[in-house]
Amino acid sequence: MTYRWDFTPVFANWTLLAEGLLNTLKVTGTALSCGLVLGLVLALMRLSWHRLASWPAGFVIELFRTTPPLVQLFWCFFALPLLVGIEMTPFMAAAVTFSIQSAAFFAEVFRAGIQSVERGQWDGARAIGMTQAQAMRRIVLPQAVKRMIPAFMERAIELMKTTTLVATISYADLLFAANEVSQKTFRPLETYTVVALVYFAVIFLASLLARRLELRLARSGESTVH
Amino acid sequence: MTLLKVENLAKRFGSNAVLRGLSLAVARGERIAILGASGSGKSTLLRCLNFMEMPDAGSVTLDGQMIGRRESELVKVRQRIGMVFQQFNLFPHMTAVGNVMEGLRTVRRFGKAEARARAEKELARVGLADKAETYPAHLSGGQKQRVAIARALAMDPELLLFDEPTSALDPELVGEVLTAIRSLAEEGRTMLLVTHELGFAYHVATRVIFLADGTIHEQGTPDEVLKYPKKERTQSFLARHKEFSL
Amino acid sequence: MRWDFASVFANTDALLAGAAGTLRIFAICLVLGLSLGLVVGLGRYARNPWLYWPSSAFVEFFRNTPVLVQILWFYFALPILLPFSISPLAAASLGISLNSAAFSAEIYRGGIQSIDRGQWDGARAIGMSWAQAMRRIILPQALKRMTPALTNRAIEIFKMSTLASTVAYVELLQQGKLIASLNFNPIEAYTAVAVIFFVFLWPLVQFTYLLERRLRRDE
Repeated sequence: MTYRWDFTPVFANWTLLAEGLLNTLKVTGTALSCGLVLGLVLALMRLSWHRLASWPAGFVIELFRTTPPLVQLFWCFFALPLLVGIEMTPFMAAAVTFSIQSAAFFAEVFRAGIQSVERGQWDGARAIGMTQAQAMRRIVLPQAVKRMIPAFMERAIELMKTTTLVATISYADLLFAANEVSQKTFRPLETYTVVALVYFAVIFLASLLARRLELRLARSGESTVH
Repeated sequence: MTLLKVENLAKRFGSNAVLRGLSLAVARGERIAILGASGSGKSTLLRCLNFMEMPDAGSVTLDGQMIGRRESELVKVRQRIGMVFQQFNLFPHMTAVGNVMEGLRTVRRFGKAEARARAEKELARVGLADKAETYPAHLSGGQKQRVAIARALAMDPELLLFDEPTSALDPELVGEVLTAIRSLAEEGRTMLLVTHELGFAYHVATRVIFLADGTIHEQGTPDEVLKYPKKERTQSFLARHKEFSL
Repeated sequence: MRWDFASVFANTDALLAGAAGTLRIFAICLVLGLSLGLVVGLGRYARNPWLYWPSSAFVEFFRNTPVLVQILWFYFALPILLPFSISPLAAASLGISLNSAAFSAEIYRGGIQSIDRGQWDGARAIGMSWAQAMRRIILPQALKRMTPALTNRAIEIFKMSTLASTVAYVELLQQGKLIASLNFNPIEAYTAVAVIFFVFLWPLVQFTYLLERRLRRDE
């Protein structure tokens, strides 16, 4: 028994798939940018000496790292609207869930990056009379951010994969489109194969770019003080 | 005229009492060399003076005013006391002139042009005017330390603290840094210098202090301490450093 | 707001069935993923191009495609090519295991590569074969360094088990969905599921931190 592959129905529906891809990028982009900002806030809270800041931040970070993303998404989409009385569209639920989730991971990357800057830099900054905030802003963070770029790119690529979960709450991303097209054309094999390859192409390219950037950063030299 | 007065300074790290009731008075224009074995508390003493370490007990008085513990006050005190570190601690993401300007811009709130002009002047003073746009990664150890000195000088400190400024340098680079420090000495600046360069200490210092067990074991003029030490521990310390000929 | 956890507790048997399902798929994927990963990782480390390129292709493909896509492909697409259908458990296990194998392959490769060349020299010098050196000298040392990363992978696999709910496999989240739809109490149902996962995973995460700290201290 040989199966006759036929990709034409899939390609006939390419607009559906293209829209899906766009929506995937939309969710990823939103979650990335919100996550970065929120992640920095969380990291600074986590590093602060005030327990009112570091404990809640620590709790949020731990919570989002020890629960499965799909459970978070479902809770956000089904439970949260009832709790706070807001109408949640699939996009909103996805954006909120993945922003906070990315933030939890980015917070740890920020923290590791900041802590990796050697103590001597703090000394140098404080010795000329800088406050903690000035030292952080002018001296430590700029150096930390450069080191964190590889980890950020890794997380960003992870995020592109995690956002496929939004198909489960009927957000029209690429995977959801795959579902639709597969049911429409009765060609699940071709549809899912094509979609898998599209995801692979996009994400593989992104990770190649990330690796190229990482090499470029490494070559430009981690300037050491000694 | 007393610029700095230290009374009964005490500091411990865990179970290790590094400073035990150390008292010291520094007059304007004095140049004090601080010697001692490793672990004797030399660096800790220096770092307590600008409160980079918090003393457990004792007081530090600058120009008649006792220094409190609040960060807002300490930030201002550190503008008046300059510190040069063994490991330079230059900011690698800024050029040499950027490093020197940083304090002026961020802490003293100078305008960009004003800060730059002043920074270039300080770099010229340590002989590095041509390296202004160079990043620390491309500077030699001696050059890095001179930039660090320029950075400290840019803040117009009343007191300079040198924490083993040449210990991390290759021998052939030590000289240029000592020359820079010597020119500051000739200007009459008040300084405390923790060093192992005994010859330099002998020629530049007005007073030499030998630390042991967290207090001042012996102090006096360079001749008194380095040439004719009275106490036994001072003598054995100096004997161990015989390779630095006077 | 009246919280109704009573109905959740009334469905404990459903949740227990879910927990059993979660643990079952976790065990399967952990064993399959980590052992296949070792094979592929060694392939990536090999200098023989016949071993290197296929393993690299495997790793690149399964790391750069979303797990959910793989699961759905195995569930909807593969059966078309086969004379039999694929159960939800099989499809989910295949997807998660292959994905985990790709990630753990890189962990293994990194761990093995981090062992100083001198260790190979020492082993070969006393006449060990490549396989003996790897088995007796290199891998034991490498495994110690890889434990935090591998434990992290295990945690990820545990979290990925929820993806099996998309093909209606009976695990915790699927049961959560069931309870929520039967009792109209999504808040309590999904909170309960989240709490159960948290209770399972938090000790594991803390254990990873401990391992990382211990490793940093020893190195």
